[in-house]
Amino acid sequence: MMSKIVRTQANILYPLILIFGFYIVAHGHLTPGGGFQGGAVIATGVALVAISFGYGKIKKWIKKTNLTAAEAVGLLSFIIAAFTGIGTSFFCNWLANSGLIFGDTVPYGPNPGYLNTAGLLPIMNLAVGIEVLGGLGVVVMYMLSAAKASEVK
Amino acid sequence: MMWDFLMHNSPALIIAVPLFAAFFTPVIGRFSKKAMYAWVVGAMIFTEFLVLILLYTVYTYGTQIYVFGARPYSMAIPPDSGGIPVRIIFTVDSMSVFMAFIAATVGLAGAIYSVACEKGQSGQEKYYALVLLMIVGMLGMVLTGDMFNFFVFLEINSLASAALVSYRINKGVSVEAAFKYAVVSAIGALMILFAIGILYGEYDALNMAMIASRMQFTTLDKIAMALILVTLAMKCGSIPMHFWVPDGYGKAPGAISAMLVAASQASLYGLFRMCFTVFGLAASHITLGYFLIILGLISMFVGVTMALVQHDIKRLMAYHAVSQTGYMLLGVGVGLATWGTPAFSQYGFAAMEGGIFHIINHAMYKGLLFLTAGAVIYRVGTSDLNKMGGLAHSMKYTTIFFIIGALSIAGIPPFNGYASKLMIYESVYQFNPLLAVIAMIVSILTLASFVKVFHSAFMGPKIYPDVKEVPKSMLAGMAILTFFIILFGIFPQLAITYLVQPAASALANPIGYISRVLGGGP
Repeated sequence: MMSKIVRTQANILYPLILIFGFYIVAHGHLTPGGGFQGGAVIATGVALVAISFGYGKIKKWIKKTNLTAAEAVGLLSFIIAAFTGIGTSFFCNWLANSGLIFGDTVPYGPNPGYLNTAGLLPIMNLAVGIEVLGGLGVVVMYMLSAAKASEVK
Repeated sequence: MMWDFLMHNSPALIIAVPLFAAFFTPVIGRFSKKAMYAWVVGAMIFTEFLVLILLYTVYTYGTQIYVFGARPYSMAIPPDSGGIPVRIIFTVDSMSVFMAFIAATVGLAGAIYSVACEKGQSGQEKYYALVLLMIVGMLGMVLTGDMFNFFVFLEINSLASAALVSYRINKGVSVEAAFKYAVVSAIGALMILFAIGILYGEYDALNMAMIASRMQFTTLDKIAMALILVTLAMKCGSIPMHFWVPDGYGKAPGAISAMLVAASQASLYGLFRMCFTVFGLAASHITLGYFLIILGLISMFVGVTMALVQHDIKRLMAYHAVSQTGYMLLGVGVGLATWGTPAFSQYGFAAMEGGIFHIINHAMYKGLLFLTAGAVIYRVGTSDLNKMGGLAHSMKYTTIFFIIGALSIAGIPPFNGYASKLMIYESVYQFNPLLAVIAMIVSILTLASFVKVFHSAFMGPKIYPDVKEVPKSMLAGMAILTFFIILFGIFPQLAITYLVQPAASALANPIGYISRVLGGGP
């Protein structure tokens, strides 16, 4: 556990980091970034809280099993999304321009970026985001659990 | 309807089914171990079935392409892309599907073998998920027709393999081996990525066929070629880049060692694909051919002489794997060196056939030998040959499987090693008699080394009184590979007609490969 200043800062920053991470995931098809980058940002939020509060406390808040479950859910939703297009071809983006969710057509010319477009891409970004936050979260947790064992205090 | 669906989509499904199974394995493993075993083995059987369908399709209708996300799946070049194949493509010719057959078969045997062999271990969900990912990596490497995609599957393969090598921590020894393998393959993968970057910058394409057709063979291309070929030669374990092989193969669990053989051969496939298809039309065949021949000769000879002095059963077999890789490099290297000359039809093509036939034979018998070594270690608990002895008294099936594997690797008829080695000797003799003589000497040394293993592990008085035969699932894994050893040994013509000869002609025909992707071909 670190000083009170650090803990307070972490408390304030944690929700902002999560929001920023999910923003990157959700806007993956419009702006630089995407599922992996957003998931990594979210995992840094986990790392921030974990470092400032110490592993002993954090392991009650964030369970490793939940993170591995997030990993499995992300991977499965990614491959299921890929499988839905198998009627035409694997990974076929049948949702784009279909009028359904994320199915709007993009008008020609410069535009501010429409979120409700690109079909399967945002869904796959979301799946990758969930997977990466789970995977990197588990990595951070395991590394911290090893650090705890060698802690002097 | 169903048949058509499977036939058209089999290239994608071969990747998708084990990938889906890998992601779903941890979920099932939370509830029931037995269901997880059934799930993994079922997924592998289904993958093998898909590979057989693809084998039939490619043999009957020629090279298949599958473009991910395209409408329809067979459209390589979208009409609005300016003539560049932009999507990820799987180009499956006879050589690719031949390698896919090896990967799927060895993977199936490894998965069945693991069920009993790893029963007492913790973290099995992750083990099986990684096994399936490793198989995905191998299958993807051999099926893909896209350079960057090749790199991605190479990485999947390397990372999954490295994690699996360290599965049994073994007082840190396995972890050290895995770390070495991971570092070496990460450096190799970065070199490949750099080379792909060079090619992409030059030719605006990642598609192998497109790069091959636009190949100018400038200095930059030569740099890229050297980076790719050296890395792939390292990954397939040829001397002087073999240093990860004895550690990696030797310290992995039994089933993983067998699958690492197939994984190395996927890299070997990459090496041949780059030599023939991507750079083959522009580069000098003589230079590339002699590069492979010299690598092959050194690997053969140094590998077997290093193996003779080992007394760790798996380390010894690992050095033999290096040595046997030399035969494949020699055979295909002679084919490449004579490619385009009249000598190619006289003996070069036969040498290529021998080298390619040796790939499948080696995967089967070396896989079997690693599985028997795993079985011995499973029962005895040590891999030191000096501490073993008398196992034939109590492990009779394992002994029989070991004898079959050992005779096959030494090239004794009627097993499959004889069939391919004879083809290599005969054709290489016409190229240069000295090479064939060295190959035969290596074969004799191999026999000597395996006689030693057989004698010290299985012969003699009964040292371990309470050793029993291994469980049935381990025997079943070995039996699958033995079946192919005997089948290809007694009917080599079967394998040559349906598998090897189409594969060799596909490899020697880069124009056909390119025109199939870029249009104009059948």
